[in-house]
Amino acid sequence: MDELRVISMIFILIGGAVGGAAVMTWFERRMLGVWQDRLGPNRLGPFGIFQVAADMLKLLGKHDWVPPFADRPVFIFAPTAIVIAMMLGFAVVPFAPDLVIIDMNIGLLFFLGMTSLAVYSVLLGGLASKNKYALMGGLRSAAQMVSYEVFMGLSLMGVVMLTGSFSLPAIVEAQRDWWFIVTQPLGLFVFLVAGLAESHRLPFDLPEAEHELTAGFHTEYGGMKFAMFMLGEYLGLMLISCMITTLFLGGWLGPFLPPLVWFFLKTAVVILFFILLRAAIPRPRYDQLMSLGWKVMLPITLINLMLTGAIALWQAEATL
Amino acid sequence: MNSIAPLRPGVFSHPTPEAINPYIKAVQSISDGVPTFWVDAGVIVEVMQTLKSDYALLHDLFIIDERLRQHRDGQPESDFTVVYHLMSFSLNADVRIKVALLGDKPSMPSICNVWAAANWYEREGWDMFGVVFDGHPNLRRILLPPTWKGHALRKEHPARATEMEPYSIDQDKLDYEQEALRFIPEEWGMKRKDDDTEFMFLNLGPNHPSVHGVFRIALQLDGEVVVDAVPDIGYHHRGAEKMAERQTWHSFIPYTDRIDYLGGVMNNLAYVLAIEQMVGITVPPRAQMIRVMMAELFRISSHLVFYGTFAQDVGQMSPVFYMFADRERLFGIVEAITGGRMHPAWFRIGGVTQDLPEGWDTMMRDFIDSMPKRLKEWDSMVMRNSILKNRTVGIGRTTLEEAVDWGVTGPNLRACGLDWDLRKKRPYSGYDQFDFEVPTAERGDCYDRAVVRIEEIWQSLNIIRQCIDNMPEGPYKSDHSLAVPPVKNRTMKDIDTLINHFLSVSWGPVMPAGEGCFPIEATKGQNAYHVISDGGTMSYRTRIRTPSFPHLQTIPMLSRGLMVADLIAIIASIDFVMADVDR
Repeated sequence: MDELRVISMIFILIGGAVGGAAVMTWFERRMLGVWQDRLGPNRLGPFGIFQVAADMLKLLGKHDWVPPFADRPVFIFAPTAIVIAMMLGFAVVPFAPDLVIIDMNIGLLFFLGMTSLAVYSVLLGGLASKNKYALMGGLRSAAQMVSYEVFMGLSLMGVVMLTGSFSLPAIVEAQRDWWFIVTQPLGLFVFLVAGLAESHRLPFDLPEAEHELTAGFHTEYGGMKFAMFMLGEYLGLMLISCMITTLFLGGWLGPFLPPLVWFFLKTAVVILFFILLRAAIPRPRYDQLMSLGWKVMLPITLINLMLTGAIALWQAEATL
Repeated sequence: MNSIAPLRPGVFSHPTPEAINPYIKAVQSISDGVPTFWVDAGVIVEVMQTLKSDYALLHDLFIIDERLRQHRDGQPESDFTVVYHLMSFSLNADVRIKVALLGDKPSMPSICNVWAAANWYEREGWDMFGVVFDGHPNLRRILLPPTWKGHALRKEHPARATEMEPYSIDQDKLDYEQEALRFIPEEWGMKRKDDDTEFMFLNLGPNHPSVHGVFRIALQLDGEVVVDAVPDIGYHHRGAEKMAERQTWHSFIPYTDRIDYLGGVMNNLAYVLAIEQMVGITVPPRAQMIRVMMAELFRISSHLVFYGTFAQDVGQMSPVFYMFADRERLFGIVEAITGGRMHPAWFRIGGVTQDLPEGWDTMMRDFIDSMPKRLKEWDSMVMRNSILKNRTVGIGRTTLEEAVDWGVTGPNLRACGLDWDLRKKRPYSGYDQFDFEVPTAERGDCYDRAVVRIEEIWQSLNIIRQCIDNMPEGPYKSDHSLAVPPVKNRTMKDIDTLINHFLSVSWGPVMPAGEGCFPIEATKGQNAYHVISDGGTMSYRTRIRTPSFPHLQTIPMLSRGLMVADLIAIIASIDFVMADVDR
């Protein structure tokens, strides 16, 4: 019976995540419309929600074209990598007390590993296209993600120290008294920035920077392959938001409402915040992004780590 | 406010430069009062060097095909005349040098070593007229495709499609044309590799999200650092100067709208002022004030587009929507007054098309009252954003000397600290009656170019408010016979009036032979139409001096050593319109 439950959860999750990502494209466009004094897609169905279906149909109908000069196998593999990696990342997300596909004792590390794998997608897509813009996008993403990976992991170590476990459900349970947003504000800040950089969305969308590199790493992609990249990007955004909810906003914890509802509400707020950031902030230059990473974010992370460690030690001694 | 003076009040006088006296072969008198001297081709470099100390700006360099021109009284014999129009900031005066060239394959020395800006102008001269400039570093076609046969502005070159074979392109020709567009670094003196680096050559454009039209830059890159850049223009060339030679004086006005297509009636203004000056038409005060008001409205419109796209090119997604919403309200007013939006073609020789409609002042006042609050909001969103500042402050800097040497005018020049604005320095169309400031900035970088433009929006709002408060009564059109046909009921009384009416309605006005140029402060810099009439219903030669043309030439200088993202910020901050460059 347990296997059946897990398998059905996997299917529900895949369907839910893909469906959620699709709806998010519409949701994002509508919200951007609100903030930018315009309407956004509002014609098809109630509030324009069927725009999602129309877009999918259109992308499905596109010619599945591979440029003759591209590295064919890699070119085809690249967009799938990001979707697979992001989907696997969802396996460890605890939506509610018993609603997690697999409760690994290294759940957090698994999540970090999966998001790192997603880098390959962008990198390989950029290289395999054999297009100069795509190449530059790929190079940018490699540098950006490698450097932001470093303190993305480190920023979460404070949370791990306070919990004493890498297991995500355990981390949620540890927030019964205080959410980690209160005790780990620096950690949250760094993780937020690194998460933005990982999901390469504005203001950290340098790998695709439309105004510089036309479409960056996916310049040569069209049709469903392009859709896979988009899907991967939105899955990544959702995954990062789920993680922020789990790690810093107390996951499913909350009064009155059922745990699952609390989880989705919190995640939705984080997603909305990401969309608002996209609407508001310009894009830093490539080298500015790097120096921000190494000269500002990394020191903040290390300070946070040391402070948390010191306090944890002090508390441990006090209880002895 | 009811007495608006003539075109340039106080008869703007240009002193004669004494230093070039020994070189002068002939003197020509031209309607705009700019001293015009003919010199020999051989001494042009000396003449230019002598003049440059006082006349720092190479305002324009163009060629006239004189072979079919009939009214050339007192001018030396010439087949092709090369015209140099210089402008002095210190003296606030102009001088024009003309060089007569004979024969079918004329040539003369290049002045690229004197003025950096001459480079593209001379290439244009070669492209359009086949004049060879000896000593030019890279004399090749600039506006027309490299495979073009002939020189398009020569009189023997067909002006209409019907005068040529129907155009067709087969696969071979297509391949040939494509191949001709390939960028070959060696032709530009670029190396493919250095001692330890192999450079990447990147085609930015002609279709690229940030080049604002069809514009190509070939980039030599070391990683993401721009080693060198070669702007390639001409993709938007429509032969506006050639069209001017087959349109009547009036029917060319709609074409001018499309030169700087963000400037709308501002283009009309430069054109009609040049003609009015050439034939001596006085424009009634009301028409002048209406013109100023509409021109300033379009200055705001153009700067709003700049503001939005500038933020967008630096990666800020939202501002462009706010600015375009403002521009949309502004177009609502333009539409109510003129019936058109971007290209109203609303000015006429001697005035404007129609009087202002009822209620124009309320609409205008509503718009002006709403703007300050919004501009302040945009300012806190865009100009005070620290990421945007990091991206633009200190990027793409020019010194004042460099800017002048490259022929930069308008807000881009004022961003370097020189308060040169023709509306103040040489008030035209009644600008001397208005109270406004000329904003300047110090550093001459991307950020400052934006600062100056945004301040200009405030000043334009101020000018428009003064127009609303002081709009004089009276006719909106001159009653000069070259501006309007005779009154209809008089034509029935005598035959001379009837003939006149018939001609000016069926042909359009016949302008007496003459020549003249009227630089104005357009949205992007100094715009001027040098019109030449040979006593016909159409212009003999119309030269359009646009500000964007020399501005684009500065891109390599501004971007060397910076990154690709900086190049995009520079392109955005220059504020060009490709139609304004290519004409």
